[in-house]
Amino acid sequence: MKRLVILGGGTAGTMVANKLRAALGTHELHITVVDRDDAHHYQPGYLFMPFGIYNTSDIVRSRHRFIDDGVELVLTEIDRVDPASRTVHLADGRLLAYDVLVIATGVSPRPDATPGMNGKLWGSSIHEFYSLPGAQALTEAMRRFRGGRLVVHITEMPIKCPVAPMEFTFLADDWLRKHRIRERTEVTYVTPLDGAFTKPVASRELATALVDRQIALETDFAVEHIDNDTSELVSFDGRRIGFDLLVTVPLNMGADYIARSGLGDELNLVPCDQHTMRSLAHPEIHVLGDAGTLQTSKAGSVAHFAVDVFVHNFLDEFNGRPATHGFDGHANCFIESGNGKGMLLDFNYTTEPFTGDFPLPVVGPFKLLKETRLNHIGKLAFRWIYWNLLLPGRPIPLIPTAMSLAGKRVEKDVTAAGTGMPAFPTVPEELGERSATKGSPPPAPRPAPKPAQGPQLETTPLATADQVLPTPIIPKF
Amino acid sequence: MPTTMIAGRPIDVNDEGFLSSYDQWDEKLGAELAKLIGIDMTEAHWAPIRFLRADYPARGETATLRRASTVGGFAIKDLFELFPGKPAKKMAYIAGLPKPKGCV
Repeated sequence: MKRLVILGGGTAGTMVANKLRAALGTHELHITVVDRDDAHHYQPGYLFMPFGIYNTSDIVRSRHRFIDDGVELVLTEIDRVDPASRTVHLADGRLLAYDVLVIATGVSPRPDATPGMNGKLWGSSIHEFYSLPGAQALTEAMRRFRGGRLVVHITEMPIKCPVAPMEFTFLADDWLRKHRIRERTEVTYVTPLDGAFTKPVASRELATALVDRQIALETDFAVEHIDNDTSELVSFDGRRIGFDLLVTVPLNMGADYIARSGLGDELNLVPCDQHTMRSLAHPEIHVLGDAGTLQTSKAGSVAHFAVDVFVHNFLDEFNGRPATHGFDGHANCFIESGNGKGMLLDFNYTTEPFTGDFPLPVVGPFKLLKETRLNHIGKLAFRWIYWNLLLPGRPIPLIPTAMSLAGKRVEKDVTAAGTGMPAFPTVPEELGERSATKGSPPPAPRPAPKPAQGPQLETTPLATADQVLPTPIIPKF
Repeated sequence: MPTTMIAGRPIDVNDEGFLSSYDQWDEKLGAELAKLIGIDMTEAHWAPIRFLRADYPARGETATLRRASTVGGFAIKDLFELFPGKPAKKMAYIAGLPKPKGCV
């Protein structure tokens, strides 16, 4: 009998365990899930807590309630993984041998990684909402807030749910208006990116939404430290941004056991194939959820679509067939924009978020990148879907695993900003070819062609492949 | 993908001007690219550029400032002084590598 060990009983780990348990009997595959505790958090709910929309009881459930009884659940810390002997060492001294290992322990906020972040102001005027205690403390801070300078800040990319800080900003703006202190509050959104969001069309639409709400946008801000005496964010290039209430997203890092096991990069993320989620270093290890290096959003929807691909491939290989499925980087994210409205993003590795209708052209019912009441209802309905359909591994109506271009208003000339996959032969593709000869899945055919790239700069002369431009193209910095 | 003349030879670049072929680069070209964005290369400039070049092939992506700091041992503050404004993007341009990602 084969042994599958899943590290992490969160969104990805729970889905994998339940889907494979439903597909294979206990005499065929032994499944073990390891997590440190029995509390499963609905992480998208943290965002709503500071505004009194959700409380702790809406967000926390017991893990074992959502994991099939035919799955062994081990509750303890992980010490390390030994890939050479295919063994997981648990903190209580137990050893778990595996044939296949799934790493699904996600990422967590690390306020200690930025000097001055968890100093004397931490928990009083500096807060975060990427953990339950953080969201609870921020709920109190919002209740006490009487106006002043509210700064929403991202330390460094990548972070999980990259739209959440923007959503927090929109919800805070709405909340401040309802509490009649918006006029007394200066709101600033501070990001290390060069725009409101990473992809051009979404960045443009979101920047407009910020302007409409009189929210200042500070870009390219790489924080060096937080000055606790003057209450200022200080950047490496010497900019200072003062705050009365700072809501920051600390550096996100993978679990420490990944570093102890020698499996991670500088952020403890496990390098993995973009299409199969297979570890680049160890073929029997797969990475699902936020713990890996997929070049798409770290988000529950991505975990869901990637798990579908992984389960197909796992079952194919289990039954002696070559695995054929490849993940396209599909992400589908509702963005709360306040005042009972929301927006929706739908994109993948090669297609950036566009405006349009989702999932069907014209009839929608959801609108991409536009504020509508139905998008907001979709976001709130998702909590029910999460507990009742997603975690148990049941199909979710209308949302396909692979992204579709149907209903999207594809814009040309906006994708040239280098946000797509590079033209360089990348490591994942090389490994994809190599592993394909061993019977592993080849990268899936991309479902949509990348829109034609127009020249990015107005001054750039048009060039075709066989033309040589007499002068170099100099990027905008 | 356009081709442009840089340092007297044809070089493949993307629409933003970043090199699209790892092997067309050498330090002479790097110095020329630096000049185009107003940077005179010194030994202090070359050290992180060489790190980025050496780090790229195995990983298939350009090192971020954090990686240059934690793995390469360069102080981020110094990189901001050497390549003012947007050091990660400028270093990638000079090193003939794609813009660092990590931003999705």
